[in-house]
Amino acid sequence: MAPRVEIKGIREGLLVTVGEGEWGEIERSLIEQVQRRSAFIQGARLTLDVGQHELHPTEMGALVESLTRFGVSVHAVLSKSLVTETSAQGLGLGTRISQSAAKAPVRLAPVPERQGESLFLRKTLRSGVKIEFAGDVTVIGEVNPGAEIVASGSVVIWGRLRGVVHAGAEGDGEAVVCALGMTPTQLRIAGQVSIPAGRSGKVQPEIARLTGGQVIIETWEAK
Amino acid sequence: MGAKVVTITSGKGGVGKTTATANLAAALAAMELKVVCIDADIGLRNLDLILGLENRIVYDLVDAVEGRARLRQAMIRDKRFPNLYLIPAAQTRDKTAVSPSDMIRLCDELRPDHDWILIDSPAGIERGFRNAVAPADRVLIVTNPEVSAVRDADRIIGLVEAEEKGPAQLILNRLNPEMARRGEMLSPNDVIELLAIELIGIVPEDEHIVVAGNRGAPIALDEKSRAGQAFRNIARRLNGEKVPFMDLERRDGFIGRLSNILGRGG
Repeated sequence: MAPRVEIKGIREGLLVTVGEGEWGEIERSLIEQVQRRSAFIQGARLTLDVGQHELHPTEMGALVESLTRFGVSVHAVLSKSLVTETSAQGLGLGTRISQSAAKAPVRLAPVPERQGESLFLRKTLRSGVKIEFAGDVTVIGEVNPGAEIVASGSVVIWGRLRGVVHAGAEGDGEAVVCALGMTPTQLRIAGQVSIPAGRSGKVQPEIARLTGGQVIIETWEAK
Repeated sequence: MGAKVVTITSGKGGVGKTTATANLAAALAAMELKVVCIDADIGLRNLDLILGLENRIVYDLVDAVEGRARLRQAMIRDKRFPNLYLIPAAQTRDKTAVSPSDMIRLCDELRPDHDWILIDSPAGIERGFRNAVAPADRVLIVTNPEVSAVRDADRIIGLVEAEEKGPAQLILNRLNPEMARRGEMLSPNDVIELLAIELIGIVPEDEHIVVAGNRGAPIALDEKSRAGQAFRNIARRLNGEKVPFMDLERRDGFIGRLSNILGRGG
């Protein structure tokens, strides 16, 4: 049986908790998970909770190096072992995160009318970042050109959308895309691709949805 | 105490990283600060040419890292300033000859005896970039007012943030104020709105930079050059001084016109 490796979102980025077992196997399992979920994990700040495992500087250095190759930066290592803590400090990594932060998951409670997962991101997505998520995605920040969001549900951007968004990526034609400034490079809802014409003029909140098989963008107005 | 390590990077090639490094180094040295610049572009070294020091190279960065030379031996003293040194890149090796931890170690060894360590990063986002950024206390991103350069700068800013080396600061290089004013080129305002990082300087386009580079004489040492003035201003801002932004519209010369340019663009 593969050793347990659990990845979840916290305010500081991602928290990876590893279970008991032989370190070599755990490391393989961790790398494999990171590889498999690379789209979700890339560019993330990672906090690693290794529990009882005793890691020497070379082992930890090797792990940090291989994670870096997958675009993941290790931010802190939590451990019950003094040896591990010392190794982490030697590599310039933190060894604490605040308790409240660890318990505050990024995922929101399910929206009542739609039973599903939701991802909440409070940052600007820059070029080269790709977010893939089975559920709805909310971004507080900009989505710059070269950034991409692929969600099976809807996407809400409290900021300007200039990159690519694919909502309803698994075929949900009810999915919508909302943004305070809607100037995407490309917009996809379910199977429909829309390349919005270059627009000038006032930037205002808009909502894009599928109407009669077409992606229609409408101005959002306060009633 | 000790030197601050500043990495100059961009993502895209050809936007002026090496020129910026050479000029900031010369400008800081002219302020009587002790400066070392390190060319991290192993295999494609250029900084020695721009500084006019190519013929003095005996040992290089890789020699120092691999122990064939003491660090002191790989440091080339500038011909104009006794307080400016260059550690050149190896030309016959590639980026994998050095690791990020080598760079950290090297800089730590240099820190006590200098004020500034400037690292000229190679283009790209791979090993060479990570080597250059690993020891950085501050990161300067060089970009041009072009869509492709700005796109790459945005990517690099994200990577710098991920490495927790942020917030990076921006040098907007090769701006043609006249073209920006006519809306034919991205304006400083367009660039800053997208990248959302602090601007540390705007360098106007100047054909003399090409001439200066070919001669190995940094333009920052040319008192009459506006591009040189821009680099001298950036060096002073880096050093903690408050320097107002230059008036890039030559016609009526009072400082503060920049805000007009910013306002009109976009």
